[in-house]
Amino acid sequence: MQDTSQTANSLTANHVETDRTGQNVLRVSVGGLWRMGEDTTTQRTEIAYALREIEGGYVRRLILSASELGQWDSSLLVFLARLVRAARAREISVRLNLPDGLARLLSLAFAVPVAADTGQKKTDDSFLAAIGGRALDLVPDINSFLAFLWEFARSFHRLALGRAHMRMQDLLSAVYECGVAALPIISFTSLLFGLILAFVGAVQLTQFGAQVYVAGLVSIGMLRIMGAVMVGVVMAGRVGAAYAALTGAMQVNEEVDALQAAGVYPVDFLVLPRVLAMTAMTPLLILYADLMGIVGGFLVAVTLMGINPYEYLSTTIQMTSFIHVLVGLIYGTFFGIIIALSGCFYGMRCGRSAQAVGLATTTAVVHSIMGIIVATAVITVVASAFRV
Amino acid sequence: MNPDETVTGQARLRVRGLQAGFGRRTLMRGVNFDVHAGEIFCVLGGSGSGKSTLLRVLMGIKAPQAGQVFYGKTNFWGGDEEGRRRVMQEAGVLFQGGALWSSMTLAENVGFILEQYTDMNAEDIRAQASLKLALAGLAGFEDYYPSEISGGMRKRAGLARALAMDPWILFLDEPSAGLDPVSGRMLDELILELRKTLNTTFVIVSHELQSIFAIADNCIFLDAATRLVTASGKPANLARDPATEANALRFLTRGVMGKPMNRGLYEITAI
Repeated sequence: MQDTSQTANSLTANHVETDRTGQNVLRVSVGGLWRMGEDTTTQRTEIAYALREIEGGYVRRLILSASELGQWDSSLLVFLARLVRAARAREISVRLNLPDGLARLLSLAFAVPVAADTGQKKTDDSFLAAIGGRALDLVPDINSFLAFLWEFARSFHRLALGRAHMRMQDLLSAVYECGVAALPIISFTSLLFGLILAFVGAVQLTQFGAQVYVAGLVSIGMLRIMGAVMVGVVMAGRVGAAYAALTGAMQVNEEVDALQAAGVYPVDFLVLPRVLAMTAMTPLLILYADLMGIVGGFLVAVTLMGINPYEYLSTTIQMTSFIHVLVGLIYGTFFGIIIALSGCFYGMRCGRSAQAVGLATTTAVVHSIMGIIVATAVITVVASAFRV
Repeated sequence: MNPDETVTGQARLRVRGLQAGFGRRTLMRGVNFDVHAGEIFCVLGGSGSGKSTLLRVLMGIKAPQAGQVFYGKTNFWGGDEEGRRRVMQEAGVLFQGGALWSSMTLAENVGFILEQYTDMNAEDIRAQASLKLALAGLAGFEDYYPSEISGGMRKRAGLARALAMDPWILFLDEPSAGLDPVSGRMLDELILELRKTLNTTFVIVSHELQSIFAIADNCIFLDAATRLVTASGKPANLARDPATEANALRFLTRGVMGKPMNRGLYEITAI
């Protein structure tokens, strides 16, 4: 950092001398070579002694001086700064009998007072306090989610009155993004999933000579729940993450503020078209996924299990009913709303950094999938209560 | 241009006893000032002194911890969100980085607000957008997306968007930061020209003392250490007045670091 006058002893290791002269003056003298990463045993004992003296309450004056000081870097500054900080905390006056550059740097380190209330959290909570703190932290989260839902409800109300600040282009591009653009991945995953269902079913059903019921297993499984869950999970990863990242980046870029400052409701502009698009498109995607799944099952049954194609199709039609399709669509509608709201919510409350965008994205996806599973459980219980 | 003021003689924007910050952290308290129509008002201060936060309070984005903001007779934060939205529709804002909406072209960015609040047809909106972009020195860039232009151009496009509705007041957050010196000068001239021709009012947050001293009518200094307005008045007077000279000097020399060295505790002796 700085090369002061080289003295004869400058090549020796650093040394510190501490002594109390008189009743209330503490002198600390430093010298030798100070290099980062060098042995600090002497420093540690000396600083412990000096700090004890300072905190003992008798010292009224601290004098820092240098003798035979060789090359030094910030390790010396750190050492001296600890003493000065301790002295300052006890309002002990400090005199710096140090080389000019060292004294200036040290003063500079204390030029700006440590901000007292920067909002940094203490991290030395006990285990129980940490658990309690985490639990209490959930309260504002839930509050802000409810506030977000309220905002969304108001936005929907404005839409009904025809006063929402929503651009038709945004709605259309959202529809494209979560509809047409999702078709390839939905085709791929659902086809394979139908295939898997058929394989798993075939192994069991063949033992009873009931291979043909693979058709029922695949079609009811896909229509009633698996199609919806597949689409839900894929869309959470694809669209939920994209919404959170996009809205989060807009938050970082002050674009959301710019909307607000222009008197535009950000929820109308950003959330409304996306939730509408997802709610409308998810059921359609589910119908498509159901179809692809049944095709997958058909391929396995016909090519590998030797089931007659007509028999497979007629069994499929025989065993399924419209109610299965309807249940699947009800799941899907809720999934669409959950994914879109979760993505937009975490995006909207994203902090102003790149890290925050990443966090918002991850949280949005995780919470969408959790929401999907909870919704599946609830709807399944309700459906079985109503015997549908 | 300014009916409220001619009737009452009051400032068009009044701030009284304002306290603002983040969460429990207060960045400023007891902030009072008036901004009259057609005035260029500057908020100065070091990093972290809360200049941008003050601006966000004035723009209705962030609620103050205490105190009032009046636009004409409207108590800005005393009313509901709808009232604040109405006030902000008549104002323009330039954010630090431009904050252009990335899904729209420059012309759409400028036109969006017109689309929302006026009955103009698409052709007129396009013409307006082109004019505003040209004023900001971006003629011919109408169909570019924000990601396709440079940072300084984004900022100028942000200014064009702020001008979209011919606002009576413009909030500029660090307008010349990131601009080359020539563009910075052009911006100053544009500000003066707009004030002269349209009687536009400006509230500018800035570090650029030279430009502020050249164009500002009034300014305040926010101090990060004391969290108070440490000086206010006309830049020329501030520079001359010995009482405020210390503040100005302090800002100029050590503005970035907040509080100056506390020499009381140390007696520095060079050896």
